[in-house]
Amino acid sequence: MEKDHSKLERIALRIRRAIIEMTHAAKSGHPGGSLSSVEILTALYFAIMRIDPERPDWEDRDRFVLSKGHASPALYATLALRGYFPEETLFGFRRIDSMLQGHPDMKGTPGVEMSTGSLGLGFSAACGMALAARLDNRDCRVYTLIGDGEAQEGIIWEASMAAAHYRLDNLTAFLDHNGLQIDGPNEEVMSVEPLAAKWKAFGWEVLQVDGHSFGQIMDAVAKAKAVKGRPTMIIAETTKGKGVSFMENAAGWHGKAPGDQERDAALKELEVVCCEC
Amino acid sequence: MSANIATRDAYGKALVDLGRQNRDIVVLDADLSTSTKTALFAKEFPDRFFNMGIAEQNLMGTAAGLAASGKIPFASTFAIFATGRAFEPIRNAIAYPKLNVKIAATHAGLTVGEDGASHQCLEDIAVMRAVPNMTIMCPADGVETEAVVRAAAAYKGPVYIRLGRAKVPMVYSEESCSFEWGKGITLREGSDVTIIATGIMVSMALEAAEDLMSGGISARVIDMHTIKPIDRELIVKAALETGAVVTAEEHSVIGGLGSAVAEVLGETVPVPVIRVGVEDTFGESGTAEELLIKYGLTPGCIMQAVEKAVKIKLP
Repeated sequence: MEKDHSKLERIALRIRRAIIEMTHAAKSGHPGGSLSSVEILTALYFAIMRIDPERPDWEDRDRFVLSKGHASPALYATLALRGYFPEETLFGFRRIDSMLQGHPDMKGTPGVEMSTGSLGLGFSAACGMALAARLDNRDCRVYTLIGDGEAQEGIIWEASMAAAHYRLDNLTAFLDHNGLQIDGPNEEVMSVEPLAAKWKAFGWEVLQVDGHSFGQIMDAVAKAKAVKGRPTMIIAETTKGKGVSFMENAAGWHGKAPGDQERDAALKELEVVCCEC
Repeated sequence: MSANIATRDAYGKALVDLGRQNRDIVVLDADLSTSTKTALFAKEFPDRFFNMGIAEQNLMGTAAGLAASGKIPFASTFAIFATGRAFEPIRNAIAYPKLNVKIAATHAGLTVGEDGASHQCLEDIAVMRAVPNMTIMCPADGVETEAVVRAAAAYKGPVYIRLGRAKVPMVYSEESCSFEWGKGITLREGSDVTIIATGIMVSMALEAAEDLMSGGISARVIDMHTIKPIDRELIVKAALETGAVVTAEEHSVIGGLGSAVAEVLGETVPVPVIRVGVEDTFGESGTAEELLIKYGLTPGCIMQAVEKAVKIKLP
C-alpha cells in the first residue's frame, strides 16, 4: 500500500529550491548531483535516522556521511531545514568566512559527520564509524551516500571488502545512480556496471530502488536493518538534475551554477510541482 | 642499561601497555602486523585490532571514522605506504578535520636494508611536515619510543610517529628520559657547534661529539624527537650560543629536520646549517650498516659536517 509522503515531498521541494538558490548565489557548486540525491537525504533526515539537531554530538545518534561531498548544497539545505542551523546561513555557501565550505567540513558545520569532498574517503570513514559503534555496543546505524562515478575510486572497493569482512550490518550505503559524471555518461568515461553484481560479489546485501520514491527508499532501509552479518548497498536509480527540466540528465550541470534567468526558470518549475502536491 | 632494540619493537610493547590502560585505543594494520609489531596488541586485544589487508587508503579512512566516533586509532604500516600510498587520505580525512589518529609508521629510512629503494622511505618527514594540523615524532631509541607513544595517545589530534626496522643503541635509560612533547632534549652541552639529530642519528651524534673532543671541538647535542611542532626556542638558543649548527637525520636532506632547522634559523639567527642526511637520491639493497656508510649517515660524516660548519661560522 502506498503511504502518503506529501510532507516529505514538500520538504524535498524546499531542499531543491534551496539548492538552486545556493548555487546561484555562490555562482558555483554542484546542482546536478545535489538534485539527484534529495529524496535520499530527505528520507534519512526526516523519516529514518535517530538524530537530535539540538545535540549534534549525541553519542547514540545515527550517522550520515555524504561521501559524494560535492552534493554539499543538498546536505546543507537538509541540515538547515532539519534545524541544525538557521536557513539564512545557506546564503553564505562557498563564501569567505562562511561555515558552509564548498565541500563539507565537519569541524565547522553542525550535523556534518565527516569532512568529505575527495571521493571515496567518506565511504571509508563510514566503515570506521560502523566499527566504532559495534565496539561500543551502540545500536546506532551508519548511513553513507556515494556517487556512481565515485565507484571508480579504488578505496571504494578496499572499503567494500573490509565492510563485508568485518560484517558491518549496521552500515547502509546508498549509491546515487544518476549515470553521469563530469566528463559524460559513466559508460563512456569508465564503465562501472554491473554495480549490483559487483557489490553482491563483495559480500554485500544489494537492494535496488527508485531513488526518487520515498516509499521504496524507506522500504529498502527497513530491509537493510533486518539484514544480519553483512552491510547493505542500496542502489538508487536517480535522475541527475531531478526536478529542473533543463538540468535533468545533463552532465553539463554537474558543476555549474545557474545564472539569474536559469534560477528563475528552475524555481518556477519547482513551484509548479509544489501546487501539484 | 636496557638492551638495544628497534623502535618498532618498543612501539609494539608500548601499544600493549596503552591498550591495557585505555579501552579507546584501537589498532589498525595493513598486513604487516608482524613487522610493525602491532601483532602484540592484536594477540592481547583481538577485538580492538583491525587488519585492513593490503589497502592503505582504507586503513587511513577507517581510522578517521573510528576517531570521529571517539576512538584513539593507531594505524600502522611501513612509512612509504602510509605517507606515500595513503598521503591524500591522511591529508583530507585525518589532518584537515584534525581527527585523533596516530599514524605509527615503521621501516622508515635506509635501514629497511635489503628490501631496497621501493621500501626505503626518505621523504615522509617532508611530506608530513607540509600538512597542516599534522605533528611529527621520531624517537631515538626504545625508551623514547615508549614516551612518544604515550604522549601521542595523550595528545588530541593527528600524530605521525616515525619508527625504524633496525636495532638502535640505547640513548636513554628509563630514568634518564626526560621526554616532553615539542621540547628537544639537550643530551650534551657544547660551545662551538650544535648537532641537532633525530631518530637513529641521535646516538651517532653523541658518538661524533665525543670524538670531536679530541680535536678540540666542543659540540652540543640535541635530540629533536618532535619535528613538528619544532622547538624553535631551543634551536635559536643553540645558534646564539654556539654559532653553527649541524643536523642529522635518516631522511632526505630535502624537507626534513635539516630543512625545519634551517627555516627557523634563516628567519632568526642565520648561522651556518650543514645538513647530514641522504642527498637527493633513492636508496638500494644492502645491509643497514652498509647503506648508512654508503649514503653518508655515520658519526664520521657528522664530524666532517661539524668541521665544515665550524670553518664557515662567523667569528
